[in-house]
Amino acid sequence: MTTKNQKKTEAGITQEGRFYSAERLHAMHDMMLYIRRFEEKAGQMYGLKKIGGFCHLCNGQEAVCVGMEEASEPTDYMMTSYRDHGHILARGSDGTAVMAELLGRAGGIVGGKGGSMHMFDVSKNFAGGNGIVGEQVPIGIGFAFASQYRDDKRVSITIMGDGGVNQGAVYESFNMASLWKLPVVFVIENNQYAMGTSLSRASAETHLYKRGISFKVPGVQVDGMDVLEVERKMAEAIEHARSGQGPIIVEMMTYRYRGHSMSDPATYRTRDEVDEWRTGRDPIARLQLQMIDAGLATEADFKQKDKDIKKEVVAVAKAAEAQPEPDLSVMWDDVITDEIPNAYPYPRQVG
Amino acid sequence: MAKITYREALNQAMCHEMERDDRVFLMGEEVAQYNGAYKVSQGMLDKFGPRRVIDTPITELGFAGLGVGAAMAGLRPVIEFMTWNFAILAADQIVNAAAKMKYMTGGQYNCPMVFRGAGGAAARVSSQHSQAFENWYANIPGLKVVMPSNPADAKGLLAASIRDNDTVIFIENEINYGDVGEVPEGEYIIPLGKAEVKRVGKDITLVAHSRMTGYALMAAEELAKQGIDAEVVDPRTIRPLDEETILASVAKTNRAVVIEEGWRFAGIGAEISARIMEKAFDDLDAPVARVTGKDVPMPYAANLERHALPSVAEIVEAARVTCNRA
Repeated sequence: MTTKNQKKTEAGITQEGRFYSAERLHAMHDMMLYIRRFEEKAGQMYGLKKIGGFCHLCNGQEAVCVGMEEASEPTDYMMTSYRDHGHILARGSDGTAVMAELLGRAGGIVGGKGGSMHMFDVSKNFAGGNGIVGEQVPIGIGFAFASQYRDDKRVSITIMGDGGVNQGAVYESFNMASLWKLPVVFVIENNQYAMGTSLSRASAETHLYKRGISFKVPGVQVDGMDVLEVERKMAEAIEHARSGQGPIIVEMMTYRYRGHSMSDPATYRTRDEVDEWRTGRDPIARLQLQMIDAGLATEADFKQKDKDIKKEVVAVAKAAEAQPEPDLSVMWDDVITDEIPNAYPYPRQVG
Repeated sequence: MAKITYREALNQAMCHEMERDDRVFLMGEEVAQYNGAYKVSQGMLDKFGPRRVIDTPITELGFAGLGVGAAMAGLRPVIEFMTWNFAILAADQIVNAAAKMKYMTGGQYNCPMVFRGAGGAAARVSSQHSQAFENWYANIPGLKVVMPSNPADAKGLLAASIRDNDTVIFIENEINYGDVGEVPEGEYIIPLGKAEVKRVGKDITLVAHSRMTGYALMAAEELAKQGIDAEVVDPRTIRPLDEETILASVAKTNRAVVIEEGWRFAGIGAEISARIMEKAFDDLDAPVARVTGKDVPMPYAANLERHALPSVAEIVEAARVTCNRA
């Protein structure tokens, strides 16, 4: 956060009065590209049947992951649904542990117990990775409640999609968060499709930032394909929540390039539509152009970076794959904390 | 020892735990200003203030989830459901979140919290407000299920549940709230997972929990008049179950009746009788009998309601059949 208000003489980009140093821009770019290549690798590994179950990739949504992380403090809480790889990587969790989790390995970030949908990292205050649509939203206000209870000024960044926002739990949460002025930023990643259902087929009010009106929760709409706008608007929203003004909704307009999950060919949208977002509004290409225009990098620099990051991701996948599967004995670990001996069901045994 | 009600005993346990640990708070519908729908939280708002005793909107899923998040963040929530009938709305947070959080996160997060409230059949409130759910929750790894049958147990078990580091489903009984009994003063803890023999006997074992423990004790008195000396075992904790105490009793009496207010199909009695069959088959002189609620939604009319619930007479009859005395 030290880079926010540095002297304008330093190389960088100033947008809407907010200065981004070259170093910071490179870091944001590199993380977005890392997430992109990581997800591509995950898709590839899934195709090879090395990753099982459900796997939801976030290609196209990288600016949301990275911009939010840039705007938040490491002590702020963050939780999302099952499209979680990008968020946990942006939070700074170990890529090898995330990949190992996808592969069901011992060194997975939750020890191979969760898989794609259940990425958690308590050391990064990342609370999932929740598989039931909308489930994380009441949990998110619970973290905000704890922050208010202890008065430690931590903000809960509670993320959901345009599908999740139709769950009743979300409105119960909007109401309580507003009633008690809990420090929470509700982020709606509007990628315009809840699985195969377009927003207009599922939502009577398609401007999702307005969904808090009945609960007096203000909302803003953000271009989620512009990492700098995401960072700026999130910084404002987080400040709003941290300063005691209560919750706020940030609707991120974004797009996922891939299907809902690996088994989804996404035939419910046209190739033209996908191309419009993919080639016209891609968040990584956009930042690259801005940085080239500002003289902070060249096209060749980015080509080299891409090579390096691809190599890094290959190494991550290799390291993850080299790990053993979890030992069978861990199956019994962490079901409960206070085990009671001689009581049925017996801890760690059958019968 | 002072004689106090079941509801006052619960109140004492919560107050004591809140005095010793600032992380503990009580949240639910009408718990604060109204002093609790069943007056369990009487006076707690005055004692602890609105930071720690919190009235919620009618929004079970929402505040159950808030509790889960707060527990993950390090607090020790006590979440009150006015009754367990309404907790079905919150089942996603209890079953999909709280019960699995420790496992699913590889031990990184856990949910040390208590969900508590009135369960079982109430009086004349029909189908949606009179049901037993302990078998639902007892089926789920990651949850503990606790059901006190008298005021002293209510205090000791609730205090232990609040201190426990797992998610505890604490099911009180609506009819028992006014029951009076001797309750130890000050700190009083009953370890979870420990059954208690409520009446010593040698001819037959009656296993019963919650309100049915009282029924079993009444049945035992009636059986005594008929020359049958019944032992009454109250598991107190449904999950994990103190199998040892139940099996030791059956080893002595060689006969057992399991009594529960809930429905027969896949109920607690089914589990306990299966355990006895698996582990004490050679001890048995007769098949284990079950006395349960009838397999119908609870009817309203007084006579139908009585008929739908287990009765002392049914327990006596089942015990007589099991003892070849019918």
